[in-house]
Amino acid sequence: MAAINLNLISGRSIQQGVAIEGGKEKPAYRTAAGIIELDLSDLKKLGAWKGTNVRVTSDYGNVIVKAIETTQGPHPGIGFIPMGPWANSIVNPNTYSTGMPTFKGTPVKVEVAINEPIMLGIELVQRQCGVKVG
Amino acid sequence: MTKTVTDVVCPFCGTLCDDLEVVVSDDGKQLTEVYNACVIGTEKFLHSQAKDRVTRPRLRQEDGSWKEISYDDAAEYTAQMLAKAKKPLMYGWSSTNCEAQSVGHEIAEMVGACVDNTAAVCHGTTLIAVQDIGIPSCTLGEIKNRADRILFWGCNPAHAHPRHMSRYSIYPRGFFTGKGQKSRKMIVVDPRVTDTAKLADVHLQVEQGRDYELLNAIRVALNNEWLPDVVAGIPAQKIREVADICKSGRFGIIFFGMGVTQTLSKNHNIDEAIALTKHLNEFTKFSIMPMRGHYNVTGSGEVLAWQFGFPYSVDLSRGFARYNPGDTSTIDLLARGEVDAMFTLGSDPGAHFPISCVKQIAKLPSVCIDPHQTPTSGVSKLHVPVAFCGVEVGGNAYRMDNVPIDMRKVVDPPAGMLTDEEFLIKVRDRVKQLKGAA
Repeated sequence: MAAINLNLISGRSIQQGVAIEGGKEKPAYRTAAGIIELDLSDLKKLGAWKGTNVRVTSDYGNVIVKAIETTQGPHPGIGFIPMGPWANSIVNPNTYSTGMPTFKGTPVKVEVAINEPIMLGIELVQRQCGVKVG
Repeated sequence: MTKTVTDVVCPFCGTLCDDLEVVVSDDGKQLTEVYNACVIGTEKFLHSQAKDRVTRPRLRQEDGSWKEISYDDAAEYTAQMLAKAKKPLMYGWSSTNCEAQSVGHEIAEMVGACVDNTAAVCHGTTLIAVQDIGIPSCTLGEIKNRADRILFWGCNPAHAHPRHMSRYSIYPRGFFTGKGQKSRKMIVVDPRVTDTAKLADVHLQVEQGRDYELLNAIRVALNNEWLPDVVAGIPAQKIREVADICKSGRFGIIFFGMGVTQTLSKNHNIDEAIALTKHLNEFTKFSIMPMRGHYNVTGSGEVLAWQFGFPYSVDLSRGFARYNPGDTSTIDLLARGEVDAMFTLGSDPGAHFPISCVKQIAKLPSVCIDPHQTPTSGVSKLHVPVAFCGVEVGGNAYRMDNVPIDMRKVVDPPAGMLTDEEFLIKVRDRVKQLKGAA
């Protein structure tokens, strides 16, 4: 299966803003922020349909998100995951003594993971942290 | 009959819009409609009415389920946790009013906590740069009335501060900017063609992470010195064009956001942006302003600064205030496993910290005070829901240009719910007893 290497940035989107105020436990939050926006040329290189689930892997972890065509492009070589637990599963946490993690500019690998489920926001964090949920 | 509350302040982003109109039921208990707010602000007001809202504190049990407890028990649990901890971390403070922040700082001083706000993962590096070389800034009112050169650098107000452009920076007709948008030149610097960039007169699609070079190149262009053919992916000719646009204005402003504070050069990006502003003042009048995210993160910085001398990352564990980002900052404290209790109020580190830091929070005794269910409440031992600040309780907040604005209460919170401040006062009084303080 094809895989592509990208430079990942995260940031706000208005859909993500609405979803966090509407309730982070809701599926709407996953729809808004459990995605990666890819340039059309990168989607073609990946050989994926729009809306395919993909695994995004960095040196710091991996996460399943939905690959969609970017709404704010073109930006070939750049992947955008809205700020939230999905992006933060893979961003570079190093602060280099500034106190600020390096949220923008993490090298990542993207590969198709068509059968893998995308988790809800709270569930994703709880799973990774090993929190027992009753 | 319903009634309309006017001049309501929106508690979402640092733009702190103060012209909302909210329709409430006659008994003042239900909020039915919101006018003038952006889509995010509207959602915030309407979500306070959700039927599935958590209205009582919940303690996580051995089997992972929640058990409802009283606010008194929750305050006791919180006070005990903080009093027992050697170096607790009290994080958040950006989605609450200044009054609550002040009570929180009293607690922090008594228990020797590290206090930090969301600048830690937002404009913390800006604050470092401001301490390095100062900041020539102004108010949003001045921008509305005077600014004719607007730069958005590494920020996307169309998504993050939806009414910023219509209220202050691009569209309004001010005293000296009577033609609104037509009297302004808009420049956007962003590695993506953002919805803000699509509105710009000039978009510089900078190579991601090369902001420092580009800022520096504009300064070179201001001096008419030699430039390489391409800097940070931008042709020299375009850089000179931008330098000329900036020079030819009467009043310019650089708004900057996470695109510069969170990329690799961090505070040095801001150093250079401020240096560019200073440089531009040799030709015309220029200002610079950070696009603050949470509606009262600026207020948290202000209150911390006037109480302890530093705007974020304050360590009180030695009995006096220390400040050293990289050492006393939240992300580093968590990454090094240096804190032994986590108290969160008015923020969601569970969703917005790198996962390695969230894993550390999950291991600690923890309390999350938040009206919403969040990833932070999902990994905390105690979740204390409170009234929505700015909707169900008023109080003071600071806009991104450091202007304090009093927020309005619009509706009553669900019966029996406490506000941030009321809950913190309970905790403070109990901590006082536990610590034997006078």
